[in-house]
Amino acid sequence: MLEKALKGSKRYYGWITVLLAVIGIGFGFYLWQLRFGLGITGMSRDVTWGFYIAQFTFLVGVAASAVMLVLPYYLHHYKAFGRITILGEFLAVASVSMCILFIFVDLGQPMRVLNVLLYPTPNSILFWDMIVLNGYLLLNIVIGWKVLEAERNAVPPPGWIKPLIYLSIPWAVSIHTVTAFLYCGLPGRGFWLTAILAPRFLASAFASGPSLLILLCLIVRKLTKFDPGKEQIQSLAKIVAYAISINVFFFLCEVFVVFYSNIPEHMDHFKYLFVGLHGHGVLVPWMWASLVLMAVSILLLVVPSTRQNESILAIACVTVFAGTWIDKGLGMISGGFVPSPLHHVNEYVPTLPELLIALGVWATGFFILTVLFKIAVTVKEEVAGVAS
Amino acid sequence: MKRSRRSFLQLAGVSALGLGLKPAAGLFAASGGHGRAPGEKVLKSEKALKAKQWAMVIDTRKFESAEDLEPLIEVCHKIHNVPSMKDKRHEIKWIWEEEFEHAFPTQELRFLPERIAQLPFLTLCNHCEHPPCVRACPTKATFKREDGIVLMDFHRCIGCRFCMAACPYGSRSFNFRDPRPFIEEINPDYPTRMKGVVEKCNFCAERLAVGRMPACVEASNGAITFGDLEDPESEVRALLRENYTIRRKQALGTGPAIYYIV
Amino acid sequence: MNNTKTLYDGGKVITGLVIFVILVTLPFWYNHGKAAPEPQPQLTAKAKAEKACVRPKSIMKATHMQILNGWRNNVVRNARRIWETADGKRFNMSLSKTCLDCHSNKEKFCDTCHNYAAVAPYCWDCHIDKVKEAKE
Repeated sequence: MLEKALKGSKRYYGWITVLLAVIGIGFGFYLWQLRFGLGITGMSRDVTWGFYIAQFTFLVGVAASAVMLVLPYYLHHYKAFGRITILGEFLAVASVSMCILFIFVDLGQPMRVLNVLLYPTPNSILFWDMIVLNGYLLLNIVIGWKVLEAERNAVPPPGWIKPLIYLSIPWAVSIHTVTAFLYCGLPGRGFWLTAILAPRFLASAFASGPSLLILLCLIVRKLTKFDPGKEQIQSLAKIVAYAISINVFFFLCEVFVVFYSNIPEHMDHFKYLFVGLHGHGVLVPWMWASLVLMAVSILLLVVPSTRQNESILAIACVTVFAGTWIDKGLGMISGGFVPSPLHHVNEYVPTLPELLIALGVWATGFFILTVLFKIAVTVKEEVAGVAS
Repeated sequence: MKRSRRSFLQLAGVSALGLGLKPAAGLFAASGGHGRAPGEKVLKSEKALKAKQWAMVIDTRKFESAEDLEPLIEVCHKIHNVPSMKDKRHEIKWIWEEEFEHAFPTQELRFLPERIAQLPFLTLCNHCEHPPCVRACPTKATFKREDGIVLMDFHRCIGCRFCMAACPYGSRSFNFRDPRPFIEEINPDYPTRMKGVVEKCNFCAERLAVGRMPACVEASNGAITFGDLEDPESEVRALLRENYTIRRKQALGTGPAIYYIV
Repeated sequence: MNNTKTLYDGGKVITGLVIFVILVTLPFWYNHGKAAPEPQPQLTAKAKAEKACVRPKSIMKATHMQILNGWRNNVVRNARRIWETADGKRFNMSLSKTCLDCHSNKEKFCDTCHNYAAVAPYCWDCHIDKVKEAKE
């Protein structure tokens, strides 16, 4: 089916060219980072994880969200989602690929990465993250590909794929749980040291991923002859509405615990993020913007009349995606490092090369996404053509 | 040629995989090699100092100002080829000074005696009894040795910096760039590091191996005592019996092996 | 879907593959018959006087990297720093202080073979290769 990705319109090839150019620029800067070291980034002795790991964290969420299509379709036989599960699975493939790349570009000695396999260390959460991420990638490639192939050939998918599909459901939950465990099991980091982190990650995942999927569905409908369907989009919108509300609820739970208990090591990070600490507060406007975006999106999504209007729904999805991206892709990681465990306030701001490398990884993800969606949509168009 | 493109590609793929597997398997096998021929031995020096859990007692009463600490820091950084980075973000330090409020941020800070408020405290890796960094490391590049020292294997570190996120004491530094140009005078008896690996205090493992005390202990004029925490007869245990000591962030359960008499 | 057992454009595919193989193996064809001279690592006077290394010369030639790997694991991870040979001679397991003490001519000893074999071990990124000069 890969050949489907080779035949496309001028616009398709134009988009692919743009992505390849961005990937090229990012790769060039990565080569520089490889030579010089991670010193070209904004990271420091106090803030040792930055933009890369934050993007990884956010994208694990986007990846996990495929389960929001798979679960209703396969466990509850919600037939409507059968039409678009493939889009969710392929979105997961692209997102997990980005996750793995973001971890890779963050390594100080990338050529030694196989040490993780050579010296397996089950007490390290990173070891488990490696397993769940690669496993999830493999599951979604195999499932997505086989199911799509079966659809193309108008035959039922092979029997052995069913157990894999069921396995992929808890597996999706595991990737974000394990990713949260990376942070929430560390004794000296008050910001992350909370059991709500994994649930909160999952809630924001099930908001950000499906909201991106809605936007992608709207684009697919506009650009191709395949219509993902009004009902499908509305069902997704309800999922986003619940998830983003739960996400904000979890956040408020955390705020209550942190400020009512009045424990400084936990409060300081929130103060840094939302009002600034000792005169440092580079993220303050961002964090408030994130809250406002999420609040607005809840309003737009919960009220039926706005949710059912697809133009407004698109805006709501953009606000969900932007709000959760700021929350996880900017605040979540550096917020945990500032102030430092010794209570020094050294802020983190990504550098231009760092941002370009990150952009290159995003472009790689969108390249994978474009190719996979092109294949899926072309097959869907063909099948529809044969049927009519 | 009656063969579909698909089966042709599948065959080609499987063949390529097979060809690639052989060297990969060799690579895995080669890495384990401790290989010793019959009769060959690896030994510890008879002079090596031994303990169940090395620990340090720092008598801060014996320090008066930052000037008293500087020689200790200098000797450590000099013998271990610790670079002095110009950019503070890339700073590397094994042992350094902190004000009380930073060394002990969870301790009472408001009504400190003047001496303590003004006294800089020595901070270094705590060589914890339950080190969170060792728990976090995905390659066992940082590990706890039999004698309690939390050590770095620079050969194995992949530079993921999970250990730095895990350390509640800010004791670890990362080589954001090649450190060599920033070492004023290279000590030929100790290696430098390369870019992309994490480093920290090693309790002078290389000196203990030849029967010498850690460099900072030697340079401290008796203000720092070093010994076996598990040996009731040791000097550190005697000091702990006689003095009230504090440790950094004890509530976290890491079991720091650096004790401070204040 | 048609599932005929034909390799479409078989001719083009095979031609493409042949061109690919030729391109990939080009360095071999290019260098064919122009063998570089065999490297001649030189021993210092001190190394010559010692006569024996930590293991017989032929074994050292082929497996010094495995020995060094074992050494570093023993020194760093097991706190064992002394190597005793089969005939009871003892060495400090140190690349800079033991190996390079005899083979103080890294350029003419280590590098000649490493360059010939086009390997670039990064030992020297950390381990100091000019111990004596650094000391002066």
